[in-house]
Amino acid sequence: MTTLNVGFIALVDAAPLIVAHELGFAAEEGLALSLTRAPSWSTLRDMLAVGQIEAAHMLAPVPVATALGVGGVATRIDALSVLSVNGTMIGVSNGLAERLRGLGYAFDFADATVAGKALIAAAAGLLRIGVPFPFSMHAELIHYWLAALGQPAPGISIHTVPPPLMAQALAAGEIDGFCVGEPWGSVAVETGVGALLLPGSAIWAFAPEKVLAVRTDWAADQPDLTARLIRSVWRAGRWLDDAGNHITGAEILARPAYLDVAAEIIERALTGRFVVSDRGEERQAEPFIAFHHGAAGFPWRSQAAWIGTQLAGRLGLDPDTAATAARAVFRSDLYRQALRGAGADLPGASEKAEGAVSGHLAVASESGKLFLRPDRFFDGRVFDPLSARR
Amino acid sequence: MNPALSIIIVEKDRDRALLIVDSLRAAGDHLIHVIADETGLARKIAERNPDVVLIDVTSPSRDMLEELTLASGPMDRPVAMFVDRSDPGLTKAAIEAGVSAYVVDGLRADRVKPILDAAIARFHMFQRMRTELATTKRALEERKVIDRAKGILMKAKRLTEEEAYALLRKAAMDQGRKVADVAEALVTAAGLLA
Repeated sequence: MTTLNVGFIALVDAAPLIVAHELGFAAEEGLALSLTRAPSWSTLRDMLAVGQIEAAHMLAPVPVATALGVGGVATRIDALSVLSVNGTMIGVSNGLAERLRGLGYAFDFADATVAGKALIAAAAGLLRIGVPFPFSMHAELIHYWLAALGQPAPGISIHTVPPPLMAQALAAGEIDGFCVGEPWGSVAVETGVGALLLPGSAIWAFAPEKVLAVRTDWAADQPDLTARLIRSVWRAGRWLDDAGNHITGAEILARPAYLDVAAEIIERALTGRFVVSDRGEERQAEPFIAFHHGAAGFPWRSQAAWIGTQLAGRLGLDPDTAATAARAVFRSDLYRQALRGAGADLPGASEKAEGAVSGHLAVASESGKLFLRPDRFFDGRVFDPLSARR
Repeated sequence: MNPALSIIIVEKDRDRALLIVDSLRAAGDHLIHVIADETGLARKIAERNPDVVLIDVTSPSRDMLEELTLASGPMDRPVAMFVDRSDPGLTKAAIEAGVSAYVVDGLRADRVKPILDAAIARFHMFQRMRTELATTKRALEERKVIDRAKGILMKAKRLTEEEAYALLRKAAMDQGRKVADVAEALVTAAGLLA
Protein backbone atom coordinates (compact mmCIF):
# COMPACT_ATOMS: atom_id res chain seq x y z
CA MET A 1 0.00 0.00 0.00
CA THR A 2 1.43 3.38 -1.01
CA THR A 3 0.30 6.45 0.92
CA LEU A 4 -0.48 9.58 -1.09
CA ASN A 5 -1.10 12.90 0.63
CA VAL A 6 -4.07 14.62 -0.98
CA GLY A 7 -5.53 18.06 -0.24
CA PHE A 8 -9.11 19.22 -0.72
CA ILE A 9 -11.42 22.16 -0.01
CA ALA A 10 -14.71 21.56 1.84
CA LEU A 11 -17.04 21.38 -1.17
CA VAL A 12 -19.42 18.79 -2.62
CA ASP A 13 -17.16 18.44 -5.65
CA ALA A 14 -14.31 17.08 -3.50
CA ALA A 15 -16.50 13.95 -3.38
CA PRO A 16 -14.51 11.77 -5.82
CA LEU A 17 -11.39 11.98 -3.63
CA ILE A 18 -13.31 11.47 -0.38
CA VAL A 19 -15.31 8.54 -1.80
CA ALA A 20 -12.19 6.97 -3.35
CA HIS A 21 -10.75 6.90 0.17
CA GLU A 22 -13.86 6.02 2.19
CA LEU A 23 -15.25 3.30 -0.08
CA GLY A 24 -11.96 1.62 -0.92
CA PHE A 25 -11.61 2.56 -4.59
CA ALA A 26 -8.10 3.81 -3.77
CA ALA A 27 -7.31 0.71 -1.73
CA GLU A 28 -8.26 -1.45 -4.73
CA GLU A 29 -5.38 0.23 -6.54
CA GLY A 30 -3.04 -0.23 -3.57
CA LEU A 31 -3.28 3.43 -2.58
CA ALA A 32 -3.93 4.84 0.88
CA LEU A 33 -5.13 8.43 0.51
CA SER A 34 -4.25 10.67 3.43
CA LEU A 35 -6.75 13.51 3.04
CA THR A 36 -6.10 17.02 4.36
CA ARG A 37 -8.72 19.75 4.31
CA ALA A 38 -7.04 23.00 3.22
CA PRO A 39 -8.17 26.40 4.51
CA SER A 40 -8.00 28.21 1.15
CA TRP A 41 -7.32 27.66 -2.55
CA SER A 42 -4.05 29.60 -2.42
CA THR A 43 -2.78 27.52 0.48
CA LEU A 44 -3.85 24.29 -1.22
CA ARG A 45 -2.02 25.35 -4.40
CA ASP A 46 1.11 26.20 -2.37
CA MET A 47 0.98 22.88 -0.46
CA LEU A 48 0.98 21.12 -3.83
CA ALA A 49 3.70 23.34 -5.30
CA VAL A 50 6.15 22.92 -2.40
CA GLY A 51 5.53 19.16 -2.14
CA GLN A 52 3.59 18.88 1.14
CA ILE A 53 0.97 16.91 -0.79
CA GLU A 54 1.12 14.82 -3.97
CA ALA A 55 -2.33 15.58 -5.38
CA ALA A 56 -5.07 18.15 -4.93
CA HIS A 57 -8.71 18.92 -5.63
CA MET A 58 -8.18 22.06 -7.72
CA LEU A 59 -10.10 24.74 -9.61
CA ALA A 60 -9.78 23.92 -13.31
CA PRO A 61 -8.34 27.38 -14.23
CA VAL A 62 -5.51 27.18 -11.65
CA PRO A 63 -3.17 24.83 -13.58
CA VAL A 64 -3.97 26.82 -16.73
CA ALA A 65 -3.12 30.13 -15.05
CA THR A 66 0.11 28.60 -13.75
CA ALA A 67 1.04 27.54 -17.30
CA LEU A 68 0.38 31.13 -18.42
CA GLY A 69 2.76 32.43 -15.74
CA VAL A 70 0.03 34.26 -13.79
CA GLY A 71 -0.96 31.61 -11.26
CA GLY A 72 1.15 32.80 -8.32
CA VAL A 73 3.58 29.87 -8.26
CA ALA A 74 6.34 28.91 -10.66
CA THR A 75 5.93 25.14 -10.19
CA ARG A 76 4.15 23.53 -13.14
CA ILE A 77 0.87 21.81 -12.28
CA ASP A 78 -1.06 19.42 -14.52
CA ALA A 79 -4.70 18.29 -14.53
CA LEU A 80 -4.86 14.46 -14.69
CA SER A 81 -8.64 14.35 -14.94
CA VAL A 82 -11.75 16.45 -14.48
CA LEU A 83 -13.15 15.67 -11.01
CA SER A 84 -16.52 17.33 -11.67
CA VAL A 85 -18.47 19.11 -14.38
CA ASN A 86 -20.67 22.05 -13.29
CA GLY A 87 -21.83 22.17 -9.65
CA THR A 88 -21.69 25.93 -9.03
CA MET A 89 -24.60 28.08 -7.90
CA ILE A 90 -25.38 31.72 -8.62
CA GLY A 91 -27.34 33.54 -5.94
CA VAL A 92 -28.35 37.02 -4.86
CA SER A 93 -29.06 38.88 -1.64
CA ASN A 94 -32.64 38.92 -0.31
CA GLY A 95 -32.89 42.61 -1.19
CA LEU A 96 -31.90 42.00 -4.79
CA ALA A 97 -34.23 38.96 -4.98
CA GLU A 98 -37.07 41.21 -3.84
CA ARG A 99 -36.29 43.79 -6.55
CA LEU A 100 -36.12 40.97 -9.15
CA ARG A 101 -39.58 39.78 -8.08
CA GLY A 102 -40.80 43.37 -8.29
CA LEU A 103 -39.67 43.46 -11.92
CA GLY A 104 -41.74 40.34 -12.59
CA TYR A 105 -38.82 37.94 -12.82
CA ALA A 106 -40.08 34.37 -12.36
CA PHE A 107 -36.89 32.68 -11.04
CA ASP A 108 -37.08 30.00 -13.72
CA PHE A 109 -33.65 28.63 -12.67
CA ALA A 110 -32.79 27.96 -16.33
CA ASP A 111 -32.62 30.90 -18.75
CA ALA A 112 -29.36 32.81 -18.21
CA THR A 113 -30.25 35.54 -20.73
CA VAL A 114 -33.50 36.46 -19.00
CA ALA A 115 -31.91 36.13 -15.55
CA GLY A 116 -28.90 38.25 -16.52
CA LYS A 117 -30.98 41.05 -18.03
CA ALA A 118 -33.30 41.08 -15.02
CA LEU A 119 -30.32 41.10 -12.67
CA ILE A 120 -28.65 44.05 -14.40
CA ALA A 121 -31.94 45.97 -14.37
CA ALA A 122 -32.65 45.18 -10.71
CA ALA A 123 -29.10 46.02 -9.60
CA ALA A 124 -29.50 49.57 -10.93
CA GLY A 125 -25.80 50.19 -11.39
CA LEU A 126 -24.36 48.53 -8.29
CA LEU A 127 -23.64 44.83 -8.56
CA ARG A 128 -20.79 43.28 -6.60
CA ILE A 129 -20.45 39.55 -7.19
CA GLY A 130 -18.41 37.27 -4.96
CA VAL A 131 -16.42 34.37 -6.42
CA PRO A 132 -14.11 32.03 -4.46
CA PHE A 133 -10.86 32.72 -6.33
CA PRO A 134 -9.54 34.96 -9.14
CA PHE A 135 -8.67 31.84 -11.15
CA SER A 136 -11.88 29.81 -10.99
CA MET A 137 -14.63 28.59 -13.30
CA HIS A 138 -16.94 30.78 -11.15
CA ALA A 139 -15.04 33.90 -12.20
CA GLU A 140 -14.91 32.71 -15.83
CA LEU A 141 -18.65 32.01 -15.97
CA ILE A 142 -19.58 35.38 -14.45
CA HIS A 143 -17.19 37.28 -16.75
CA TYR A 144 -18.50 35.38 -19.78
CA TRP A 145 -22.14 35.88 -18.77
CA LEU A 146 -21.88 39.61 -18.15
CA ALA A 147 -19.71 40.23 -21.23
CA ALA A 148 -22.19 38.42 -23.48
CA LEU A 149 -24.96 40.62 -22.06
CA GLY A 150 -23.01 43.73 -22.96
CA GLN A 151 -21.49 44.35 -19.55
CA PRO A 152 -19.40 45.08 -17.55
CA ALA A 153 -20.66 48.57 -16.95
CA PRO A 154 -19.18 50.74 -14.22
CA GLY A 155 -20.61 49.64 -10.88
CA ILE A 156 -20.40 45.94 -11.72
CA SER A 157 -17.46 44.26 -10.02
CA ILE A 158 -16.22 40.81 -9.08
CA HIS A 159 -14.65 40.14 -5.68
CA THR A 160 -12.88 37.20 -4.07
CA VAL A 161 -14.73 35.76 -1.05
CA PRO A 162 -13.86 32.34 0.48
CA PRO A 163 -16.83 29.92 0.02
CA PRO A 164 -17.64 29.32 3.71
CA LEU A 165 -17.74 33.12 4.19
CA MET A 166 -19.98 33.79 1.18
CA ALA A 167 -23.27 33.82 3.14
CA GLN A 168 -21.69 36.06 5.76
CA ALA A 169 -20.43 38.53 3.14
CA LEU A 170 -23.90 38.63 1.60
CA ALA A 171 -25.49 39.26 5.00
CA ALA A 172 -22.96 42.03 5.75
CA GLY A 173 -23.79 43.76 2.46
CA GLU A 174 -20.23 43.44 1.12
CA ILE A 175 -21.54 41.67 -2.00
CA ASP A 176 -24.91 41.65 -3.77
CA GLY A 177 -24.58 38.23 -5.37
CA PHE A 178 -22.27 35.26 -5.68
CA CYS A 179 -21.20 32.30 -7.72
CA VAL A 180 -20.03 29.50 -5.42
CA GLY A 181 -19.75 25.73 -5.24
CA GLU A 182 -22.32 23.79 -3.23
CA PRO A 183 -23.16 23.44 -0.40
CA TRP A 184 -22.35 27.13 0.18
CA GLY A 185 -25.12 28.51 -2.06
CA SER A 186 -27.72 26.41 -0.22
CA VAL A 187 -26.17 27.46 3.08
CA ALA A 188 -26.96 31.09 2.13
CA VAL A 189 -30.61 30.06 1.61
CA GLU A 190 -30.73 28.05 4.85
CA THR A 191 -29.31 30.93 6.87
CA GLY A 192 -31.93 33.22 5.34
CA VAL A 193 -29.55 35.69 3.70
CA GLY A 194 -30.00 34.95 0.01
CA ALA A 195 -31.88 33.32 -2.85
CA LEU A 196 -30.61 31.08 -5.65
CA LEU A 197 -30.87 32.44 -9.18
CA LEU A 198 -29.22 29.95 -11.54
CA PRO A 199 -27.07 26.84 -11.55
CA GLY A 200 -23.73 27.57 -13.28
CA SER A 201 -24.74 25.06 -15.98
CA ALA A 202 -27.27 27.65 -17.25
CA ILE A 203 -24.28 29.66 -18.52
CA TRP A 204 -22.17 26.79 -19.83
CA ALA A 205 -23.89 23.39 -19.82
CA PHE A 206 -20.65 21.38 -19.51
CA ALA A 207 -18.08 23.47 -17.66
CA PRO A 208 -15.06 21.63 -16.24
CA GLU A 209 -15.22 22.72 -12.61
CA LYS A 210 -12.57 20.93 -10.53
CA VAL A 211 -9.60 18.87 -11.65
CA LEU A 212 -7.32 16.29 -10.12
CA ALA A 213 -4.07 18.27 -9.95
CA VAL A 214 -0.48 17.06 -9.48
CA ARG A 215 2.94 18.56 -10.12
CA THR A 216 4.01 17.98 -13.72
CA ASP A 217 7.34 16.51 -12.61
CA TRP A 218 5.62 14.17 -10.13
CA ALA A 219 3.43 12.74 -12.92
CA ALA A 220 6.56 12.23 -15.02
CA ASP A 221 8.50 10.56 -12.17
CA GLN A 222 5.60 8.40 -10.93
CA PRO A 223 3.73 7.08 -13.99
CA ASP A 224 2.45 4.04 -12.10
CA LEU A 225 1.09 5.98 -9.10
CA THR A 226 -0.38 8.54 -11.50
CA ALA A 227 -2.33 5.85 -13.37
CA ARG A 228 -3.52 4.21 -10.13
CA LEU A 229 -4.71 7.57 -8.80
CA ILE A 230 -6.61 8.37 -12.02
CA ARG A 231 -8.34 4.96 -11.91
CA SER A 232 -9.28 5.26 -8.21
CA VAL A 233 -10.90 8.63 -8.78
CA TRP A 234 -12.62 7.50 -11.98
CA ARG A 235 -14.28 4.59 -10.12
CA ALA A 236 -15.35 6.92 -7.31
CA GLY A 237 -16.91 9.28 -9.89
CA ARG A 238 -18.83 6.40 -11.46
CA TRP A 239 -20.16 5.42 -8.04
CA LEU A 240 -21.19 9.02 -7.28
CA ASP A 241 -23.18 9.44 -10.50
CA ASP A 242 -25.35 6.42 -9.66
CA ALA A 243 -28.58 7.93 -8.28
CA GLY A 244 -28.90 5.02 -5.82
CA ASN A 245 -25.78 6.26 -4.03
CA HIS A 246 -26.75 9.89 -3.47
CA ILE A 247 -27.94 9.46 0.11
CA THR A 248 -24.86 7.47 1.13
CA GLY A 249 -22.60 9.95 -0.64
CA ALA A 250 -24.19 12.89 1.16
CA GLU A 251 -23.83 11.15 4.53
CA ILE A 252 -20.11 10.53 3.95
CA LEU A 253 -19.44 14.11 2.82
CA ALA A 254 -21.35 15.51 5.82
CA ARG A 255 -18.83 14.12 8.33
CA PRO A 256 -16.96 16.67 10.46
CA ALA A 257 -13.59 15.88 8.86
CA TYR A 258 -14.95 16.64 5.38
CA LEU A 259 -17.69 19.26 4.85
CA ASP A 260 -19.19 19.39 8.34
CA VAL A 261 -22.53 20.53 6.87
CA ALA A 262 -25.90 18.72 7.26
CA ALA A 263 -26.28 15.78 4.85
CA GLU A 264 -29.73 17.04 3.85
CA ILE A 265 -28.17 20.24 2.42
CA ILE A 266 -25.36 18.34 0.66
CA GLU A 267 -27.86 15.95 -0.91
CA ARG A 268 -29.47 18.82 -2.85
CA ALA A 269 -26.35 19.17 -5.03
CA LEU A 270 -26.26 15.43 -5.75
CA THR A 271 -29.95 15.12 -6.63
CA GLY A 272 -30.30 18.58 -8.24
CA ARG A 273 -33.40 19.39 -6.14
CA PHE A 274 -32.89 22.79 -4.52
CA VAL A 275 -34.71 25.03 -2.12
CA VAL A 276 -34.05 28.40 -3.79
CA SER A 277 -35.43 30.93 -1.30
CA ASP A 278 -36.47 31.35 2.30
CA ARG A 279 -40.07 31.07 1.05
CA GLY A 280 -39.33 27.37 0.52
CA GLU A 281 -39.67 27.51 -3.29
CA GLU A 282 -38.09 24.47 -4.96
CA ARG A 283 -36.38 24.15 -8.33
CA GLN A 284 -34.78 21.26 -10.15
CA ALA A 285 -31.43 21.42 -11.94
CA GLU A 286 -30.90 18.25 -13.89
CA PRO A 287 -28.16 17.30 -13.73
CA PHE A 288 -26.65 19.88 -11.40
CA ILE A 289 -23.24 18.22 -11.21
CA ALA A 290 -21.63 15.36 -13.14
CA PHE A 291 -18.77 13.18 -11.95
CA HIS A 292 -18.89 10.51 -14.62
CA HIS A 293 -21.67 10.61 -17.21
CA GLY A 294 -20.94 12.02 -20.66
CA ALA A 295 -17.21 11.35 -20.20
CA ALA A 296 -17.22 13.99 -17.43
CA GLY A 297 -13.79 12.92 -16.20
CA PHE A 298 -12.09 13.29 -19.56
CA PRO A 299 -9.73 16.30 -19.55
CA TRP A 300 -10.52 17.74 -22.99
CA ARG A 301 -7.64 19.85 -24.27
CA SER A 302 -10.25 22.14 -25.81
CA GLN A 303 -11.66 22.89 -22.33
CA ALA A 304 -8.20 24.04 -21.24
CA ALA A 305 -7.83 26.08 -24.44
CA TRP A 306 -11.13 27.84 -23.70
CA ILE A 307 -9.98 28.73 -20.18
CA GLY A 308 -6.59 29.89 -21.49
CA THR A 309 -8.18 32.07 -24.18
CA GLN A 310 -10.58 33.67 -21.68
CA LEU A 311 -7.77 34.44 -19.20
CA ALA A 312 -5.59 35.83 -21.98
CA GLY A 313 -8.39 38.13 -23.12
CA ARG A 314 -8.78 39.60 -19.65
CA LEU A 315 -5.09 39.87 -18.78
CA GLY A 316 -3.89 41.16 -22.13
CA LEU A 317 -1.89 38.07 -23.14
CA ASP A 318 -1.61 36.62 -26.64
CA PRO A 319 -4.61 34.27 -27.05
CA ASP A 320 -2.92 31.76 -29.36
CA THR A 321 0.13 31.35 -27.13
CA ALA A 322 -2.17 31.06 -24.11
CA ALA A 323 -4.36 28.41 -25.76
CA THR A 324 -1.31 26.35 -26.70
CA ALA A 325 0.17 26.56 -23.19
CA ALA A 326 -3.22 25.75 -21.63
CA ARG A 327 -3.80 22.71 -23.82
CA ALA A 328 -0.63 21.02 -22.53
CA VAL A 329 -1.74 20.97 -18.87
CA PHE A 330 -4.97 18.96 -19.41
CA ARG A 331 -3.35 15.54 -19.62
CA SER A 332 -5.76 13.58 -21.82
CA ASP A 333 -2.71 11.44 -22.78
CA LEU A 334 -2.16 10.22 -19.20
CA TYR A 335 -5.91 9.80 -18.67
CA ARG A 336 -6.13 7.51 -21.71
CA GLN A 337 -3.11 5.44 -20.66
CA ALA A 338 -4.51 4.93 -17.17
CA LEU A 339 -8.06 4.01 -18.17
CA ARG A 340 -7.53 1.97 -21.30
CA GLY A 341 -8.46 -1.53 -20.24
CA ALA A 342 -10.20 -0.37 -17.06
CA GLY A 343 -13.64 -0.42 -18.65
CA ALA A 344 -13.82 3.29 -19.37
CA ASP A 345 -15.22 4.44 -22.68
CA LEU A 346 -12.75 7.01 -23.99
CA PRO A 347 -13.54 9.50 -26.76
CA GLY A 348 -11.59 9.06 -30.00
CA ALA A 349 -10.54 12.72 -30.09
CA SER A 350 -8.96 14.85 -27.34
CA GLU A 351 -10.47 18.13 -28.52
CA LYS A 352 -13.99 19.12 -29.44
CA ALA A 353 -15.80 22.27 -30.48
CA GLU A 354 -16.92 23.53 -27.04
CA GLY A 355 -20.57 24.54 -27.04
CA ALA A 356 -21.59 22.58 -30.14
CA VAL A 357 -23.50 19.72 -28.50
CA SER A 358 -27.16 20.46 -27.82
CA GLY A 359 -28.63 16.97 -27.32
CA HIS A 360 -27.09 13.68 -26.25
CA LEU A 361 -24.59 13.18 -29.04
CA ALA A 362 -23.06 9.86 -29.98
CA VAL A 363 -19.39 10.25 -30.90
CA ALA A 364 -16.68 7.81 -31.89
CA SER A 365 -14.93 6.30 -28.91
CA GLU A 366 -12.10 3.82 -28.52
CA SER A 367 -14.55 0.96 -28.01
CA GLY A 368 -17.39 2.08 -30.25
CA LYS A 369 -19.79 4.81 -29.28
CA LEU A 370 -19.91 7.25 -26.42
CA PHE A 371 -22.70 9.67 -25.59
CA LEU A 372 -21.70 13.25 -24.89
CA ARG A 373 -24.00 15.51 -22.94
CA PRO A 374 -25.15 18.98 -24.02
CA ASP A 375 -22.34 21.50 -23.64
CA ARG A 376 -23.93 24.69 -24.96
CA PHE A 377 -23.08 28.22 -23.88
CA PHE A 378 -26.21 30.23 -23.03
CA ASP A 379 -25.57 32.67 -25.89
CA GLY A 380 -25.15 29.87 -28.45
CA ARG A 381 -21.52 30.69 -29.26
CA VAL A 382 -19.20 27.83 -30.17
CA PHE A 383 -15.53 27.78 -29.22
CA ASP A 384 -13.63 26.07 -32.00
CA PRO A 385 -10.22 24.99 -30.68
CA LEU A 386 -8.82 24.86 -34.21
CA SER A 387 -9.36 28.57 -34.70
CA ALA A 388 -7.43 29.20 -31.49
CA ARG A 389 -4.47 27.12 -32.62
CA ARG A 390 -1.64 28.47 -34.69
CA MET B 1 20.41 53.43 4.51
CA ASN B 2 17.38 51.89 2.87
CA PRO B 3 14.06 53.63 3.38
CA ALA B 4 11.73 51.87 5.82
CA LEU B 5 9.37 49.32 4.31
CA SER B 6 5.67 49.44 4.99
CA ILE B 7 4.40 46.08 6.21
CA ILE B 8 0.84 44.91 6.83
CA ILE B 9 0.14 41.97 9.12
CA VAL B 10 -3.27 40.34 8.71
CA GLU B 11 -4.04 38.72 12.06
CA LYS B 12 -7.27 38.52 14.06
CA ASP B 13 -5.68 37.49 17.35
CA ARG B 14 -4.31 40.60 19.09
CA ASP B 15 -1.68 38.78 21.16
CA ARG B 16 -0.33 36.95 18.16
CA ALA B 17 -0.27 40.17 16.15
CA LEU B 18 1.76 41.91 18.85
CA LEU B 19 4.27 39.07 18.95
CA ILE B 20 4.73 39.28 15.18
CA VAL B 21 5.15 43.06 15.35
CA ASP B 22 7.83 42.64 18.03
CA SER B 23 9.78 40.14 15.97
CA LEU B 24 9.63 42.38 12.88
CA ARG B 25 10.76 45.44 14.86
CA ALA B 26 13.81 43.45 15.83
CA ALA B 27 14.47 42.78 12.14
CA GLY B 28 14.59 46.44 11.14
CA ASP B 29 12.96 49.84 11.39
CA HIS B 30 9.75 49.35 9.43
CA LEU B 31 6.28 50.87 9.33
CA ILE B 32 4.01 48.10 10.56
CA HIS B 33 0.24 48.07 10.43
CA VAL B 34 -2.04 45.29 11.70
CA ILE B 35 -5.41 44.49 10.09
CA ALA B 36 -7.58 42.46 12.47
CA ASP B 37 -10.94 42.68 10.69
CA GLU B 38 -10.78 40.74 7.44
CA THR B 39 -13.93 42.30 5.97
CA GLY B 40 -13.09 43.88 2.61
CA LEU B 41 -9.49 42.82 3.07
CA ALA B 42 -8.30 43.39 -0.50
CA ARG B 43 -9.70 46.93 -0.52
CA LYS B 44 -8.14 47.80 2.85
CA ILE B 45 -4.74 46.58 1.73
CA ALA B 46 -4.95 48.39 -1.62
CA GLU B 47 -5.74 51.62 0.24
CA ARG B 48 -2.61 51.33 2.38
CA ASN B 49 -0.42 50.41 -0.56
CA PRO B 50 2.14 48.39 1.46
CA ASP B 51 5.44 46.89 0.34
CA VAL B 52 4.88 43.59 2.14
CA VAL B 53 1.79 41.75 3.44
CA LEU B 54 2.10 38.85 5.88
CA ILE B 55 -0.82 36.48 6.49
CA ASP B 56 -1.34 33.16 8.27
CA VAL B 57 -1.66 30.38 5.68
CA THR B 58 -4.52 28.85 7.66
CA SER B 59 -6.67 31.97 7.21
CA PRO B 60 -9.45 31.37 4.64
CA SER B 61 -9.27 35.11 3.86
CA ARG B 62 -5.89 34.58 2.29
CA ASP B 63 -7.59 33.99 -1.07
CA MET B 64 -8.75 37.62 -1.02
CA LEU B 65 -5.09 38.64 -1.34
CA GLU B 66 -4.64 36.64 -4.53
CA GLU B 67 -6.87 39.25 -6.16
CA LEU B 68 -4.09 41.80 -5.62
CA THR B 69 -1.73 39.79 -7.80
CA LEU B 70 -4.01 40.68 -10.71
CA ALA B 71 -4.18 44.41 -9.94
CA SER B 72 -4.09 46.08 -13.30
CA GLY B 73 -5.28 49.65 -12.82
CA PRO B 74 -2.83 52.44 -13.79
CA MET B 75 -2.33 53.42 -10.13
CA ASP B 76 -1.92 49.87 -8.88
CA ARG B 77 1.41 48.46 -7.91
CA PRO B 78 1.59 44.84 -8.98
CA VAL B 79 1.87 42.46 -6.07
CA ALA B 80 3.40 39.05 -6.28
CA MET B 81 3.70 36.17 -3.94
CA PHE B 82 7.14 36.05 -2.46
CA VAL B 83 7.51 32.65 -4.06
CA ASP B 84 8.08 34.32 -7.42
CA ARG B 85 11.26 36.06 -6.49
CA SER B 86 13.01 34.07 -3.83
CA ASP B 87 14.83 30.81 -3.48
CA PRO B 88 12.35 27.92 -3.31
CA GLY B 89 13.80 26.82 0.04
CA LEU B 90 12.68 29.99 1.78
CA THR B 91 9.19 29.76 0.30
CA LYS B 92 8.87 26.17 1.47
CA ALA B 93 10.08 27.13 4.93
CA ALA B 94 7.48 29.89 5.09
CA ILE B 95 4.58 27.67 4.00
CA GLU B 96 5.64 24.96 6.43
CA ALA B 97 5.87 27.47 9.25
CA GLY B 98 2.39 28.69 8.33
CA VAL B 99 3.03 32.19 7.01
CA SER B 100 2.58 33.57 3.55
CA ALA B 101 4.11 36.79 2.23
CA TYR B 102 3.01 39.03 -0.61
CA VAL B 103 5.44 41.70 -1.79
CA VAL B 104 5.24 44.44 -4.40
CA ASP B 105 6.96 43.94 -7.67
CA GLY B 106 10.53 45.15 -7.84
CA LEU B 107 11.33 44.89 -4.14
CA ARG B 108 14.75 43.29 -3.79
CA ALA B 109 14.80 39.81 -2.27
CA ASP B 110 17.58 40.73 0.18
CA ARG B 111 15.36 43.44 1.65
CA VAL B 112 12.47 41.05 2.22
CA LYS B 113 14.49 38.09 3.49
CA PRO B 114 15.18 39.39 7.03
CA ILE B 115 11.48 40.17 7.45
CA LEU B 116 10.42 36.76 6.25
CA ASP B 117 13.08 35.03 8.39
CA ALA B 118 11.75 36.80 11.48
CA ALA B 119 8.14 35.95 10.59
CA ILE B 120 9.01 32.29 9.94
CA ALA B 121 10.69 31.96 13.33
CA ARG B 122 7.66 33.52 15.03
CA PHE B 123 5.15 31.31 13.20
CA HIS B 124 7.14 28.20 14.11
CA MET B 125 6.68 29.21 17.70
CA PHE B 126 2.92 29.63 17.15
CA GLN B 127 2.75 26.16 15.65
CA ARG B 128 4.54 24.67 18.64
CA MET B 129 2.15 26.47 20.97
CA ARG B 130 -0.83 25.23 18.99
CA THR B 131 0.40 21.61 19.10
CA GLU B 132 1.11 21.86 22.84
CA LEU B 133 -2.31 23.31 23.50
CA ALA B 134 -4.07 20.63 21.46
CA THR B 135 -2.13 17.86 23.22
CA THR B 136 -2.86 19.26 26.67
CA LYS B 137 -6.52 19.70 25.85
CA ARG B 138 -6.81 16.13 24.60
CA ALA B 139 -5.02 14.76 27.67
CA LEU B 140 -7.38 16.66 29.96
CA GLU B 141 -10.44 15.41 28.10
CA GLU B 142 -9.19 11.84 28.21
CA ARG B 143 -8.51 12.10 31.92
CA LYS B 144 -12.03 13.42 32.49
CA VAL B 145 -13.70 10.57 30.61
CA ILE B 146 -11.52 7.95 32.34
CA ASP B 147 -12.54 9.43 35.72
CA ARG B 148 -16.20 9.16 34.76
CA ALA B 149 -15.77 5.57 33.57
CA LYS B 150 -14.00 4.69 36.82
CA GLY B 151 -16.89 6.22 38.76
CA ILE B 152 -19.41 4.15 36.82
CA LEU B 153 -17.48 0.92 37.47
CA MET B 154 -16.95 1.71 41.15
CA LYS B 155 -20.67 2.22 41.62
CA ALA B 156 -21.91 -0.67 39.46
CA LYS B 157 -19.42 -3.30 40.61
CA ARG B 158 -18.58 -1.91 44.05
CA LEU B 159 -14.88 -1.56 43.22
CA THR B 160 -12.20 0.66 44.62
CA GLU B 161 -10.80 3.34 42.33
CA GLU B 162 -7.65 1.31 41.75
CA GLU B 163 -9.62 -1.83 40.90
CA ALA B 164 -11.83 0.13 38.50
CA TYR B 165 -8.80 1.50 36.66
CA ALA B 166 -7.19 -1.97 36.52
CA LEU B 167 -10.37 -3.33 34.96
CA LEU B 168 -10.43 -0.60 32.34
CA ARG B 169 -6.77 -1.19 31.54
CA LYS B 170 -7.26 -4.91 31.21
CA ALA B 171 -10.26 -4.44 28.86
CA ALA B 172 -8.20 -2.04 26.78
CA MET B 173 -5.27 -4.46 26.55
CA ASP B 174 -7.51 -7.41 25.67
CA GLN B 175 -9.11 -5.44 22.85
CA GLY B 176 -5.96 -3.71 21.68
CA ARG B 177 -7.51 -0.29 22.30
CA LYS B 178 -6.61 2.80 24.28
CA VAL B 179 -7.86 3.08 27.87
CA ALA B 180 -9.49 6.38 26.93
CA ASP B 181 -11.40 4.73 24.07
CA VAL B 182 -12.73 1.96 26.30
CA ALA B 183 -13.69 4.54 28.92
CA GLU B 184 -15.46 6.61 26.27
CA ALA B 185 -17.44 3.56 25.09
CA LEU B 186 -18.42 2.72 28.66
CA VAL B 187 -19.56 6.26 29.41
CA THR B 188 -21.64 6.35 26.20
CA ALA B 189 -23.21 2.96 26.92
CA ALA B 190 -23.93 3.91 30.53
CA GLY B 191 -25.58 7.09 29.28
CA LEU B 192 -27.87 5.07 27.02
CA LEU B 193 -28.79 2.62 29.78
CA ALA B 194 -29.38 5.29 32.39
